[in-house]
Amino acid sequence: MTTDHPTIPALDVAGLAYTYPNGHEVLQGIDLRVEPGERLAVLGPNGAGKTTFILHLNGIIERQTGAISVAGLALADDTLAEIRRRVGMVFQDADDQLFMPTVREDVAFGPANLGLDRDEQTVRVAMALQAVGATHLLDRAPHHLSGGEKRRVAVAGVLAMEPELLVLDEPTSGLDPAGRRELLDLLASLDLTQLVVTHDLPFAYELCPRSIIVSDGRIVADGPTRELLAQPELLAAHRLELPLGFHVD
Amino acid sequence: MSAVHDELYLPRRSPVHALAPEAKIVASFGFVAMVAITPRRAVWAFAVYATVVVVGYLVAKLGPVVMLRRMSVALPFMTAAAFVPFVAGGPTVEVAGVALATEGLWGSWNIVAKAGIGAATSGLLASTTPIPDIIRGLGRLGVPATITAIITFMFRYLEVIVGEMGRMRVAMTSRGHDPRWLWQAKPIASAAGALFIRSYERGERVHAAMLARGFTGRMPEMGRRRASASDWAAAIGVVVTAAAVAATSILGAR
Repeated sequence: MTTDHPTIPALDVAGLAYTYPNGHEVLQGIDLRVEPGERLAVLGPNGAGKTTFILHLNGIIERQTGAISVAGLALADDTLAEIRRRVGMVFQDADDQLFMPTVREDVAFGPANLGLDRDEQTVRVAMALQAVGATHLLDRAPHHLSGGEKRRVAVAGVLAMEPELLVLDEPTSGLDPAGRRELLDLLASLDLTQLVVTHDLPFAYELCPRSIIVSDGRIVADGPTRELLAQPELLAAHRLELPLGFHVD
Repeated sequence: MSAVHDELYLPRRSPVHALAPEAKIVASFGFVAMVAITPRRAVWAFAVYATVVVVGYLVAKLGPVVMLRRMSVALPFMTAAAFVPFVAGGPTVEVAGVALATEGLWGSWNIVAKAGIGAATSGLLASTTPIPDIIRGLGRLGVPATITAIITFMFRYLEVIVGEMGRMRVAMTSRGHDPRWLWQAKPIASAAGALFIRSYERGERVHAAMLARGFTGRMPEMGRRRASASDWAAAIGVVVTAAAVAATSILGAR
């Protein structure tokens, strides 16, 4: 990360608002700039609009108001395909994400949609699985994998598209402590801009130098993770809490 | 973990396993069609078909136990067929003091022979071809992409949905639900409704995950090897042999 000259932000969101058909204003004006290489945690209570927010980033939810650009490319109808390549989305339930019958085909799904030929697909699959340490799972069926293995393969499926920005929704949910540790080490090893939605505050603390707190569709706090987590009143006001015995130093 | 698709596929290094899936599908369907049109009294023809299937299993390095297990799916039909000689009319023969209808005996034989050979043939296809390859083969044979995509998802999510159903049943049992009679079935019906909603929502989430990785509405072709000329030669060989046997038996029956 260099700050001595202006860079194109990895993600730039301005004035993003979204209202459900029933009138509920789930996002009420989100402004966010994420620099290349930054790892940002998105914290907040259930129902705050975190998932709605990230589903906007690659146009799964159609934008009503506001602007989004990813590595300098504005989200629009004609840039949708490229935006989806740039934003790698890892969903909360890996079973939703691993829909092909074998790991090989699942990881190749993105590259195949990009129109790469077989040989290039094979190279991408090999590289992505190697990056997540799952080369040995190549010919396995997703339903035979453990929770941690599924998560790794889901990350590989996204890495195979060579994204600019990795977005993870509750990546630690359902993982055992060792699986959580392995995922943390894996994500920390990736040289990629990352946006991590999580309730796991120690995970955010260890992985992401910067955090935002989203509450009632707004960003109510934005700063170094350590500073935010050191304010028990701020956390409590937004239904967040550090685990018993956990202190930020 | 995998109770549902308790692996029909049995990996071996064999020429049958190595054949391209589309060739195997054509060979299996063509072969079974020929068996089906063969007149039932041409017993010799069924002996030839059975030999072909047994040789198939041997070349695939699968033993007789595997073959009998695969044939067991046809047992209900064979059991039903066993009753035909007792209920059919017409001339009878005495077997161990019981009068059996001759027509009925031929009818039984017809069902048992054709169902048995058919089950063994599809069993050979399933034992030597992983399900994803069968789906790919169907796609290459011109089955519409929508249909093959539906089969793919069914295969992938069967386990997930059965797992959800299992958890709902455990939750019901844990709160004292122990249905024994039909009128206690209402909670099961509600659970089925809930399962449908959950599956539908999962469908939407899977679709979102597909869009996120660039899905444009058409499944991309990612298959491995396509059928070579020698694969097709083997497939056509099987079908032509069966067709020759069937034709001879039909002409012989006139």
